[in-house]
Amino acid sequence: MTEELIIAGFGGQGVLSMGKILVYCAAEEGSEVLWMPAYGPEQRGGTADVTVIVSSERISSPILSKFDTAIVLNQQSLDKFESAVKPGGTLIFDPNGITHEPTRKDINIYRIAATEKAQEMGISKVFNMMVLGGYLKLKPVVSNEFIEKGLMKALPARHHKLIPQNIEAIEIGKNLIEAVHTL
Amino acid sequence: MAKEMKLMKGNEAIARAMIASGTDGYFGYPITPQSEVMETLMAEQPWETTGMVVLQAESELASINMVYGGAATGKKVATSSSSPGISLMQEGLTYLAGAEVPCLIMNAIRGGPGRGTIQPAQSDYFQSVKGGGHGDYQLYTIAPASVQEMYDFVFDAWDIAFKYRIPVLILTDGAIGQCMEKCYVRDYVPRWTEEERRKNAPWGCWGKPANRGHNVVTSLELESSRQEVFNLKLQAKYREMEAKEVKYEALNCEDADYVIVAYGTSSRIAMKAMQIGREKGLKIGVFRLITLFPFPKKEIKELAQHVKGMLCVEMSAGQMIEDVKLAAECSLPIEHFGRFGGIIPTSEEVLEALEKQIIK
Repeated sequence: MTEELIIAGFGGQGVLSMGKILVYCAAEEGSEVLWMPAYGPEQRGGTADVTVIVSSERISSPILSKFDTAIVLNQQSLDKFESAVKPGGTLIFDPNGITHEPTRKDINIYRIAATEKAQEMGISKVFNMMVLGGYLKLKPVVSNEFIEKGLMKALPARHHKLIPQNIEAIEIGKNLIEAVHTL
Repeated sequence: MAKEMKLMKGNEAIARAMIASGTDGYFGYPITPQSEVMETLMAEQPWETTGMVVLQAESELASINMVYGGAATGKKVATSSSSPGISLMQEGLTYLAGAEVPCLIMNAIRGGPGRGTIQPAQSDYFQSVKGGGHGDYQLYTIAPASVQEMYDFVFDAWDIAFKYRIPVLILTDGAIGQCMEKCYVRDYVPRWTEEERRKNAPWGCWGKPANRGHNVVTSLELESSRQEVFNLKLQAKYREMEAKEVKYEALNCEDADYVIVAYGTSSRIAMKAMQIGREKGLKIGVFRLITLFPFPKKEIKELAQHVKGMLCVEMSAGQMIEDVKLAAECSLPIEHFGRFGGIIPTSEEVLEALEKQIIK
């Protein structure tokens, strides 16, 4: 099993930390993992993306041009990565701020209105965990029992009191994700 | 050896391995894409635990000369930088090599020439293994391809550096430095005691006992005949390293028709190109260089006798390929494929290049 994933959005949306939490959980379960942020002369408010690979085997290239799954959280990221999903792969987007929805017919497309839901519930900080929950429902690359263990490792001790809220957000995300187009 | 698994970035692994391997001092000057090395050291504050000194110097010139001074006393002293900073250090490096001072240098190559970009590249191969500074010298040059190797090679570096009295260069780039992977960390090796240092570095400037003359650490010898003798000794050391210290990894080379030769980040990309190619029925292998000096001449020569062609993949205009061709004695088609200036090739591009340039 190898899952090659790109997560992309605005800086500050928790794109990098979502990826980090995912690899911590997967590593706890014994998978091989890689987390590779795009780095460059970035500025606040710019886009951020991270490549995540979870595999049962040794991971080869950290640099990918095609992905099994793309999670895109703004229009620029959708425009950039829709074409990078492998045929038969999966695209997940948050409709917040999206003016042109994805159009490909050879991939599975899912919508998760996590920004709206998190704002509604007053828990905007864990918006990214809702998205992660939606992703994990489609691609269970980590078993439930390892999510808490991964969060314990990924978050500094002073934030451990927030773990129940993060887990709750993951659960909300699992129910929130909806299919737009499936093969 | 403890086997606790942690997730960390390659740059962080270098820093943590320095602390864990009993390094006495680190002198550096920040530069992207390896500033996390010093940031991690500053955050870990090893001066409070192992007593390791961590100092931000005023420049790269100062860093490398602080390394020279510290290492001349037989202590384990390290620095790290990226291409433009390493260029500034070349004078220091040739002095260190000429004075046979063990030390550790890490270069996270970025796209050049000049100030260039901050993205990954492999365009400092020539500088690393063909001199860089003046005079006939070599650095033991090792190229990690994973976070785990970034960590482990620091431990190996100290063994080699003191065994051969040679500066060790860990040659990497921002891709390995910035990516986070699993890393199994080791138990701490305590820093050497005064006694251990005197035993392990009997040549060092650590004070003159009554029963011998002064130890002098220098690269200066004004008498040509003695300088030639010294050069012959250096060359004998390099030949010994070529015989004993070559490291490489051959993946699927036994039945391969075509082999991709690469190191570091490029070798990971080559591995994926190999997987895609094998799924298409092409018998592709990857020969991954781990040591760049000593270069695996014998192994490449042997490989050249049973494959149909080789593609050298480098994030440069083609540097390592010269050594591959020499080793293979140009006995088969050997071509270069690379992207440069900070652009990383994709596995698909590599496979396409192999099909177009070699398989045809």
